[in-house]
Amino acid sequence: MHADPIAKSAPPPSTADLVRRSLVRKGRWGVAEIGFWAVAAATLFFLPERHLILNEIAIIGLFALSLDLILGYAGIVSLGHAAFFGFGAYTAGILAKHGFADPLLGLGAAALAAALLGFVTSFLVLRGTDLTKLMVTLGVALLLGEIANQASWLTGGADGLQGISMGPVLGLFEFDIFGTTAYAYSLTVSFLLFILARRIVVSPFGLSLRSIRDNPLRARAVGIPVSRRLVAVYTLAAAYAGVAGALLAQTTQFVSLDVLAFHRSADIMLVLVIGGAGYLYGGLLGAIGFKVLQDILSGWTPQYWQFWIGLILVVIVLVGRERLTDKVGALWPRSRTRPAGQAQVLPATPAREV
Amino acid sequence: MRRRSVLSAAGAALAILAFGGTASGQEVVKIGLILPMTGPFASTGRQIEAAAKLYMRQNGDTVAGKTIQLIVKDDTGVADITKRLAQELIVNEKVGVIAGFGLTPLALASAPLATQAKVPAVVMAAATATITEASPYIVRTSFTLPQATVPMANWASENGIKKVVTLVSDYGPGIDAEKAFTGAFSAKGGQVENLRVPLANPDFSPFLQKVADAKPDALFVFVPSGVGAQFMKQFVERGLDKSGIKLIGPGDVTDDDILNGMGDVALGAITTQHYSAAHDSPENKAFVEAFKKANNGMRPNFMAVGGYDGMHLIYEGLKKSNGAGGEALVNAMKGLSWTSPRGPVSIDPQTRDIVQNIYVRRVERVNGELYNVEFATIPNVKDPVKAAKSN
Repeated sequence: MHADPIAKSAPPPSTADLVRRSLVRKGRWGVAEIGFWAVAAATLFFLPERHLILNEIAIIGLFALSLDLILGYAGIVSLGHAAFFGFGAYTAGILAKHGFADPLLGLGAAALAAALLGFVTSFLVLRGTDLTKLMVTLGVALLLGEIANQASWLTGGADGLQGISMGPVLGLFEFDIFGTTAYAYSLTVSFLLFILARRIVVSPFGLSLRSIRDNPLRARAVGIPVSRRLVAVYTLAAAYAGVAGALLAQTTQFVSLDVLAFHRSADIMLVLVIGGAGYLYGGLLGAIGFKVLQDILSGWTPQYWQFWIGLILVVIVLVGRERLTDKVGALWPRSRTRPAGQAQVLPATPAREV
Repeated sequence: MRRRSVLSAAGAALAILAFGGTASGQEVVKIGLILPMTGPFASTGRQIEAAAKLYMRQNGDTVAGKTIQLIVKDDTGVADITKRLAQELIVNEKVGVIAGFGLTPLALASAPLATQAKVPAVVMAAATATITEASPYIVRTSFTLPQATVPMANWASENGIKKVVTLVSDYGPGIDAEKAFTGAFSAKGGQVENLRVPLANPDFSPFLQKVADAKPDALFVFVPSGVGAQFMKQFVERGLDKSGIKLIGPGDVTDDDILNGMGDVALGAITTQHYSAAHDSPENKAFVEAFKKANNGMRPNFMAVGGYDGMHLIYEGLKKSNGAGGEALVNAMKGLSWTSPRGPVSIDPQTRDIVQNIYVRRVERVNGELYNVEFATIPNVKDPVKAAKSN
C-alpha cells in the first residue's frame, strides 16, 4: 500500500522514506510468526497432559527473551541475569505469602521491583568492557543469592519460601493441578510482553540500540545518547526477567534459592545460544528446543542426558546454527529472496544526509 | 474448542477421583522416583537409584497382586523442576507414590502437591527436621540432622569433652546442626563457640587457625558430604590432628561414598550417624555385597540405605493396605517396623518420621579400606525437634 504512491509520484525516494518503509515492513507480522503463536495457543487445547512443561517453557522463553533484549539487541553480555529473575520470584512469592494473593498484582510488583533493581545496577554494569560486565553481573547475582540465603526470616533461606497460596487469575481461574491455568496464564503474559518487545525493537529506539551494539563510538558520534539508551533497555530487560520469575513463583507456588543461582543465568545463556540471539524468537525457540530435548533425553537416560545435550550443543556451534537454519530456510523459496531484498532497502547513507 | 476444554476438565476431574478413592482398582502401582541424577548432588541420586533397583531385583516387582513399576526422573537438584516432575508423574503417569527428594527444598516444594493429590511421598534423603510436618502424606526413611547430632553432643559430654568449637557450612542444614549441637551440649554444661564457613568454595584455613587458637577439646564439623574431603585435608595440613583436638560431627563428613578416597587424614574422626557400610549385621553384609556386585564395587552410603528402606516401606505398606494407595497407604506405613541393613528401624505413627539407632563410629582402616567402625549405640532415637514440640 505504501510502495505504490511513492513509486509513481516521487522520483527517487529519500533515505527517510526508505527507512520508514523498511521499518513498517519489519514491523509487519509474517506468516511464520502468526503460525508460531497459533500453534502455541493450540497446545492449550490439544496437549493437556503436557501443560506443566509447556508452562516452564513459556517462562524460560520469556526469561530468554529478556536476555535477548540486552544481549541480542544492545550487546550487553550478562552472566547474572538470574538476579532479576530471582528478585521477581521472591517479590511475587513474598507478596503472596503475606496475603496479597492476586497474581496480576504480584506480577506488577515483581516487574517494578526488578526494574528498579535493574535501573540501579545498570550504572555498575554499563561501565567497562565485556569482561567487566560479565564479572559485575555475576557479582550482583551472587550477592543477591547470599542475601536471600542470609535473610531466612524473609525468604525461608535454604529451605525455600513455603506457604505461598495464589488467588485465582483475574478472580476467575483457579490454578489447577494439571497446570492448564498456569500455562494459559504464563503463555498470555509472555505473548503480551513479546508483542511489546517486538514493537520496541522495530521502533527508532530499538534501531538505536542495534547501532550501539554494532559500534558504540559511531552511535555516540551520530548523536545517540548511548548510556541513557543502555540504562533504559537494561531496566526494561530486568522488568521482563522479574515477570518471568514472578510467573515461576506463582505457578509453582514455591521459591527456593536456586532462582538466583549461577546455573540459571548460565542455562538461559545456553537457551539463547541454541535459539540464536537478536531476533526475539531465539529465546522462545531455544527454550522449546532445550526443554523438549532435556525432557526426552532425561526420561530416556536420567544419568547421562547432559552428555547428549552437550554433544548437540557442540554440533550446533561447530556446524553453525545459521548454516542449519539457512538450509531449512532454503527449502522455502520466499525466504531465500528476502535477505537480498532487505539488503537493498537501506542503501549506504551518504555522510552529508546524516 | 470450548467443548474440548470442557471434556478435558471432565477428564481431569475423573482422574482426581480415580486417585483419591479407587487407586486399589489399578493393576500396576507406579512409583515416581525423583532424584538429582546430574549436577552437584548427583551422587545422592546415583546411590538411591541403585539401592531402589537392587531392592526390586531382590524382592520382585509384584506386591499384593500389583505390579510395581519404577519411574526415575532427574530433577537436577532444582526445586521448581522437582515440583513439575512430581506434578507430571501424578497427573500423567498416575503414580501411586512419589519418592526420592535429595534436598530439603526439593521435598518442601512437592509437599503441597502430595497433600492436594493425596499421594504418599517417601523422603529418602532430605534431612531437615520439619519436612514431615509439611504434609500429612510425607513419610521419611532417611534421618533428620538433629537426630544424628544430639547424640553426638551427649556422647561428647559423657566422654570428657568440655569445650567444643563448632564449624558448619553457612546454610540451612549447617545452621540446624549447629543449633542442635550447641543446645544439647550446653544443656549438659559444655562450653561451645560457633564458627560458620561460606557454602560456596570454602577455604577453611582462617577458620581452622581460629580453632587452633581456641584450643578446644573437640571440633564439631558439619559440611555437605562432598566438601568433607577438602576439609579433612586442610585439617591435617594445619597440624590440628596432632594438637589433641578431637574431630567430631554427624556422619556427613565421613560419608562412605568418599571416605576411602580421603586417605589417612580421616583416621580417628568420630561421628554419629544411623548407617555405616561397616555395620556388623548379617542384613548389612548381604546388602553391601549385593550393592557392590550390582554397581561395579561402589560402596553404599547412608543415601543408599535410605532408598533401600524407602522401597521396603512402600512394599510393606502396600502389603498391609492390600494394594490400596492414598491415605490408606500412608496409614499402613505408620508404625511399620523392620530390620534394615542399618539395624532396627520403625516409622513413628505420630510424626511419620523414622525412629532408628544412632551409632558412634570412629574412622579406621579395615582390610585396607577406610570405614566408619561403630563402637557405641544409642538405641531408638526419635527426631529430637519434633519430640521437643510434642512434650
